[in-house]
Parts: sequence; C-alpha cells; structure tokens
Amino acid sequence: MDIKAISPDQVMIWQWGPISLNATIMFTWMVMGLLVLVSWLATRRLSSEVGLSRWQNLMEILVKGMRDQIRDISHQEPAMYLPFVGTLFLFIAVSNLLSIVPGYTPPTSSLSTTAALAICVFVAVPFYGIRNRGLLGYFKQFIQPTVFMLPFNVMGELSRTLALAVRLFGNIMSGTKIVAILLAIAPLFFPIIMHALGLLTGLIQAYIFAILAMVYIASGTRAHQERQQRQEEKPEEKGEKPHG
Amino acid sequence: MDSINIIGMVSVITAGLTTAIGSIGPSLGEGRAVAQALASIAQQPDETNSITRTLFVGLAMIESTAIYCFVVSMILLFANPFWDYVVKKAGG
Repeated sequence: MDIKAISPDQVMIWQWGPISLNATIMFTWMVMGLLVLVSWLATRRLSSEVGLSRWQNLMEILVKGMRDQIRDISHQEPAMYLPFVGTLFLFIAVSNLLSIVPGYTPPTSSLSTTAALAICVFVAVPFYGIRNRGLLGYFKQFIQPTVFMLPFNVMGELSRTLALAVRLFGNIMSGTKIVAILLAIAPLFFPIIMHALGLLTGLIQAYIFAILAMVYIASGTRAHQERQQRQEEKPEEKGEKPHG
Repeated sequence: MDSINIIGMVSVITAGLTTAIGSIGPSLGEGRAVAQALASIAQQPDETNSITRTLFVGLAMIESTAIYCFVVSMILLFANPFWDYVVKKAGG
C-alpha cells in the first residue's frame, strides 16, 4: 500500500470489465482460507491420550483460553458464545499478525471490513438477548429506567457499533500508514520498530474487539443472572470490606 | 490566493491541530487510568487479572476519541473531498 491510498479498498489487484477484485477482499479470503485449512489440519487426528501433537496442544490452549475469558466476563457457560466471539478474535488476530508477511495489507485496515464485523456484533446482541430472555424481556431493557431513556438507549446501541468499527480501523490503519510514511523518510531501521509495535497493537485490538463484543452481548443477556449473582456475592463483599 | 491554495493550507493546518489537540485529553485520561490501575494492583495483587482486563477495555474506550481525531486528520490529508473537488474543477 502506498502513502496515498488510505485503505486497501483502493488497491486493485485484478479487473475484468465491471468485475474487480481489490486487496481487501483477496486478503480477507486468504485469511479465512488459512484459518479453515490450519484448523482442519490440526483437528484431523485428535487424541485423548498422553502424547499430543503440537497442533492439538496449540488448539487446546487457544480454545481453553477463550472459554476462560468468556466465562470470566459473562459469568455464563461459554459454549454458546464461543463460536461467535472466538471467530471474531481469531480472524482479527490472524489478519493483523500476518502483516509481517511482505506485500500483505491487513484487511482490517479497511473501514468496510471493520464495519462488517461491527454489524455482526450489532446483530448478535439482540440475537443472544432474545434467545436468553425472550422478545419482551430483551426489548424491555430499552425503556429502563424510564420510557424517556428510549432514544438514548437506541443511540447508545448505534454509536457503540460505530465506535467498534472506527476503533479497529483507526488503529490498524494508523499502523500501516505510519510504516508507509517512515519508509519514505527513514527507510533503514526505524520502520521495523514501528512494525513491531504495530504487531502488539494488532493483537491487543483483536483482544479488545472480542472482549467488547462479549461485554455487549453479556449486557444484553444479563438481567436475571445478575440478580442471582448479587445474592450470591453479597456476603463475600461484606466480609472483604474491612481489609480494603 | 485562489481556492486551491486556501483549501490545501487549511487542510494541512487543521489536520495537525486535530491530532495535536485531540490527543491531549485521551493521553491525560489514559495516564490517570493506568496510574490508578497500578495502585490498585499494588494494593490487591490477587485481583490483577480482572483489573488488567477492565483496564484494557477502559483504555480502548478512552483511546477511541484520539483515534477519531486521527482518522479525521488522515481523511483531511489523504482523502480530502474538497481538495479532490477543487482539483477536478481546475483540471477541467
């Protein structure tokens, strides 16, 4: 990606009449293909014996880590949320980390990819909310605490989707942009440092995107679990307070 | 001065100011948040995990305001619609 192009949407790889293929679509499909291929190869020969293959070990660590995080945040069984949130995390993380490969521009540095991911979250929140609490129970939270809060609740729902998209886009785009600018100014050594920083930012952004998606979904499904939890936790909190 | 110069000058100056002013608030906020989180971790090391996770989420929230400013200044510099319009007009 050169300095002028603000997103990989503008980088045309291949064009034939009205059909065109830009860098975003190509790299998105490459990342998806890589994920599917690696997970297929890794889960082909699963074993429950003592000797594990390396790939199975890696997969188990990944899945277990994601399950633990989801359980910590939502205080619910992670099995229902793991497919969606885990996919978001893996896709964003892989597409950001692959930027060490020369000639690759992360598809997440295009606003269209991040907007699509954010819209997925936007749709998933009512999906899980209605599934857990029923249609009425979910929509009732929009008029909490009073009916007058309805427009603000709806606005909050929309603006956090926008924030989710622009945050990921801004972070990744700034990473690639800074490397491109530094390549023009000081091409010898400095871009490598910023690139390493970009890898760190990319992984943290993937983590944050997945965590925020989970927090939003959990806030839509919470209600009755929270009440249960509060009853369970109250005695503990009282016991701890004198220490703090 | 014709409009092409004015638009170019204003875009560049505004892009610089946007990032400069827009990063002051979030950086102060992030500094406060990190300092507070470190103090909390020093006080209660057992809660490190949950404090760190909340800190990351909070930092992302704070940071997004700076990111908005950055995106706006990038649009002003590289994808400026007014600039494109003027250049297209001048080019015929």
